[in-house]
Amino acid sequence: MILTNIENVPGMVITAQLGLVSGSTVRAKNAIKDFGAGLKNMVGGELKSYTELLTEAREEAIHRMQQQAQMMGANAVINIRLATSSVTVGAAEVYAYGTAVKVQPKG
Amino acid sequence: MGDILLILILLGFTYMTGTIIEKKHFEKIKKREIALIKKPIINFGAKTWDTNRKVKKIEFVSGECVISGDYFKNFVASLKNFFGGRLTTFESILDRGRREAILRMREKAHKKGANFIINARIESVMLNDRYSNQDTVPQCAIIAYGTAVTYE
Repeated sequence: MILTNIENVPGMVITAQLGLVSGSTVRAKNAIKDFGAGLKNMVGGELKSYTELLTEAREEAIHRMQQQAQMMGANAVINIRLATSSVTVGAAEVYAYGTAVKVQPKG
Repeated sequence: MGDILLILILLGFTYMTGTIIEKKHFEKIKKREIALIKKPIINFGAKTWDTNRKVKKIEFVSGECVISGDYFKNFVASLKNFFGGRLTTFESILDRGRREAILRMREKAHKKGANFIINARIESVMLNDRYSNQDTVPQCAIIAYGTAVTYE
């Protein structure tokens, strides 16, 4: 599956447009890690466990989007956007959406 | 009296740790930026690439970072907030977070052997809402993403 965040796929032509696909996930870390992050919060710096959380959330959101695109019979998703929002303290939502298309190599 | 003393000690301690961590982080960022200079050329907003060359691989790359302020920075910012003006203590935090996220994206693309990142975008969100609880220190989550292009 080819993923891009521009309106086309470089070196390929779009043969069919299949519509919007999206995937979202809300994830939280366990209470112990939250406590550790709370301590780190006081002294400053990067919160590694929350960065990990964000990475996992992003991977899962994109994976869900890909699954949806696969069910539609697409082989590429174009114009992907990622949106984030905070649900509660210590949890993050990542929402990925894009257009599922069928592409072919040029020529 | 004891409360004020505790707050003063906390302020002094977090001022030290915050400054040391920030200085180290900025040094690291600078080193990595110099090491990566022009390696995957990064293109914000534009959606063009070299059409004369054959494209081998297209990939979606992203980099994340969650950065937090410290107690001292938060205290200074809340004072400044009262009088208005630039909140310099928060500016440096967001600057660090964005640069770190962009660097991670570029490092990932560089590892995959990409020549170009097109249409890079930055998305950020506050993880804890400052206005709901005045005591919490803001944490900012930043995602940078783009399309990595590898030429043949």
